[in-house]
Amino acid sequence: MAERLKVHVNPDKCQGHARCKALAPELFDLDEYGNAHEAGDGIVPPGLEDKAWLAKSNCPEIAIDVIEE
Amino acid sequence: MSDVNQPAAHPPVTDWVHDFDHTDPQWTEDPFPIWDQLRATSPVVHTKRFLGCYLPTTYEAVREIANDTEHFSSRRIIVRDVRPEVARNAAPPITSDPPEHKPAKQLLLPPFTPDAMKKLEPRVRAICNELIDEFIADGKVDAAARYSKYIPVRAIAHMLGIPESDSDLFIKWIHMILELGIKDESKLLQAVQEMTAYFSGHIEARKNKPTDDLISYLTNARGKDGNPLEDSHVLGSLRLLLIAGIDTTWSAIGSSLWHLAKTPSDRERLIAEPGLIPTAVEELLRAYSPVTMAREVVKETTISGCPVKSGNMVLLSFPAANRDPKMFPDADKVVIDRRENRHAAFGLGIHRCVGSNLARMEMQVALEEWLKRIPDFRLDPAGTVTWSQGTVRGPRQLPFLLGKAM
Repeated sequence: MAERLKVHVNPDKCQGHARCKALAPELFDLDEYGNAHEAGDGIVPPGLEDKAWLAKSNCPEIAIDVIEE
Repeated sequence: MSDVNQPAAHPPVTDWVHDFDHTDPQWTEDPFPIWDQLRATSPVVHTKRFLGCYLPTTYEAVREIANDTEHFSSRRIIVRDVRPEVARNAAPPITSDPPEHKPAKQLLLPPFTPDAMKKLEPRVRAICNELIDEFIADGKVDAAARYSKYIPVRAIAHMLGIPESDSDLFIKWIHMILELGIKDESKLLQAVQEMTAYFSGHIEARKNKPTDDLISYLTNARGKDGNPLEDSHVLGSLRLLLIAGIDTTWSAIGSSLWHLAKTPSDRERLIAEPGLIPTAVEELLRAYSPVTMAREVVKETTISGCPVKSGNMVLLSFPAANRDPKMFPDADKVVIDRRENRHAAFGLGIHRCVGSNLARMEMQVALEEWLKRIPDFRLDPAGTVTWSQGTVRGPRQLPFLLGKAM
């Protein structure tokens, strides 16, 4: 079986470009300032793996980690 | 935009590597080969013009500078012929350094989140259609002068709570500050004075009678000390929103339409797959990034191995960074379905554009509405496309023929 993925936003690097929220709205949430954090515990539901990698590879601040568990 | 005084002339550039000038007509017309040449020479180049200025040419060098607020200050953000005294509260937070930057930025962020932009979207869609109604029957149009120019200015006027009909006044101020002001200080001061007088009236009115708009939001906001902001801070931020929110997105929409006018295959694909428009907008932002920022070197350091001395300005070219082939495969091509796109059109680091969500929404809506109603258009061979000079690059004259070619 494929490994489970988890996303994590590094809050010190995020500058609120909000690309992750546009590309993977199921996996990320924004705070009142528009800065991102992972939705819930960051576990990527099956079928959304591609969106997780897409969010990571479009973050201009390199603030997103995709962790293979 | 009447301007009788010619700005001070700069000698034409013959040696781009040692004597670059972002106001040279060659740069204005077609900067991309110049950036490629400079990037091939060094990650950082220098000119003696503008009292001394560096230009980082690679994505990495631009990122290093954007993330280094210790050696690079934002107190001056336009590279000009002169370095007058820095005004306090010039245009916070864009002209602020840490630690003042963060509270000033946090104040402006909530009204510009993606959710806030969704509420504004119907008005922007209506503005686009009102503009198209005015020229669609003519068969031809200057799309810069009659479409791209008015979308952002009316949207920001709507947000601020000032009459959309004052648009031409705001456009005049911005031209005086960002273009004429590079070489003619008096134009810049005159524009700032006029803007201050205009907004002071609106601020006073809202102190007595708050309304549901951005001017009221700022006038009634509290600083980190719990006290209302000084009037100069409110005025500076209003100045920033107007200056930064208008000709930037005007340029981005114009460049996008220019690209689509001369690239029928991309146009046809976006009409067939409108869901691709947001991805295409990112690529158009990368390829034709309108905004070049600046920093002032306040402490000697090294960038990508190149020594950088204090007292010089830095032309922080996000557009050149976005054309770096080390970062973007096929950097010189517009790939409208590019999947990986870490472009820096809205800056990098703490000064990420406050209005990026607004600009993205405006670009998407402007292209969607245009393509829905005008699927066929092309450059008018009888006209000339002209580009703005200096800090913000985009078409200022964009003559199109509308409808299928005969």
